[in-house]
Amino acid sequence: MNIKVLGAGCKSCEALLNATNEAVANKGINTEVEYITDMEKIMSYGVMSMPALVVDGKVVSAGKVLKPKDIEKLL
Amino acid sequence: MGRFIQEQVLGMKWLNTLIGNLLTTLGVDISSKIGGSVQFFLYDVIKITVLLCILIFGISYIQSFFPPERSRKIMGRFHGIGANIVGALLGTVTPFCSCSSIPIFMGFTSAGLPLGVTFSFLISSPMVDLGSLVLLMSIFGTKIAILYVVMGLVIAVIGGTVIEKLHMEDQVADFIRNSQSSVDIEAPDLTARDRAIYAKEQVVSTFKKVFPYILIGVGIGAIIHNWIPESWIEAVLGSNNPFGVILATLVGVPMYADIFGTIPVAEALLSKGALLGTILSFMMAVTTLSLPSLIMLKKAIKPKLLGTFIAICIAGIIIVGYGFNAIAYLLV
Repeated sequence: MNIKVLGAGCKSCEALLNATNEAVANKGINTEVEYITDMEKIMSYGVMSMPALVVDGKVVSAGKVLKPKDIEKLL
Repeated sequence: MGRFIQEQVLGMKWLNTLIGNLLTTLGVDISSKIGGSVQFFLYDVIKITVLLCILIFGISYIQSFFPPERSRKIMGRFHGIGANIVGALLGTVTPFCSCSSIPIFMGFTSAGLPLGVTFSFLISSPMVDLGSLVLLMSIFGTKIAILYVVMGLVIAVIGGTVIEKLHMEDQVADFIRNSQSSVDIEAPDLTARDRAIYAKEQVVSTFKKVFPYILIGVGIGAIIHNWIPESWIEAVLGSNNPFGVILATLVGVPMYADIFGTIPVAEALLSKGALLGTILSFMMAVTTLSLPSLIMLKKAIKPKLLGTFIAICIAGIIIVGYGFNAIAYLLV
């Protein structure tokens, strides 16, 4: 499973990254969460609201800081 | 009735009296400088906090109907100056944090929205929001609040139109112009419950983010209110200084603060004889342009366009300031 957090480095983006790491640990998934801050790469997903969560190349959430529990449901 | 709502409900004058009585009971002399500062500080912090929480909830609920994806679609339906007006209006209700400004800029541009419309959106968004409207009403009254919002929208529409006319499309960073991505993500359907949850989360996160600014803002306000001689402020920001508006604008530009933190400072300056237009210029300058947001924007547009954007905003804010000063006697 490939998990990415897209963000420009603001507080809410980091909060989503932390929550995602927590969710991944809780579910015992063995994968590294990628943190993408490069604008060109972010644009290629077509999202406009930061932060966004991408699972296996698909945008599953945008513009929201999800709680670890909600992320677990999306994985 | 209107007066009652403005003074007691929105202005919470009763709270000021209550805090005054409480402090007097505790043995604090509220007519002294320190006592007066404490009273002003407590009253303003509580008032702004309560208003902020109620406002953000209501505003976030409305905003949940206008994610950037949807705003982009709506703007795409309009042309000419109509599109600029719609862009400026949507800028006031579309939620995004500062780090989303570039993705939004890119999203709009790659969807083929005219550059001017995008800028109308970007100018109005930090300057005017629904929260500032209600907060301004509670402090300066309805007429001034509405005029502030209308003026902000006018600057956004004119600014966007000017940028459009200058045809600076080649001033957008190359990687945005060349980006082929027009992936269209549908905004998810939300139930009323989802929106309420979203609104509640916004209240919590906004409160955490803005509260330090409120404390600082009110603190500065309390100092101005009780310690700085009226003659100083009148000399610098009052009718004695023809350059007051320009000075206030230039000082405000590099500063970064939320509108909720700016308002207590403005309130205190006004009560000390600063001119209304001068204060509004200061508020607009602080909220609209700031170093962090300009650094962000620099990644997406080239220096010439960035310079034009800054110049238009500053010019607009200064004109509004002098305009307000000229007609202030009709308002207060």
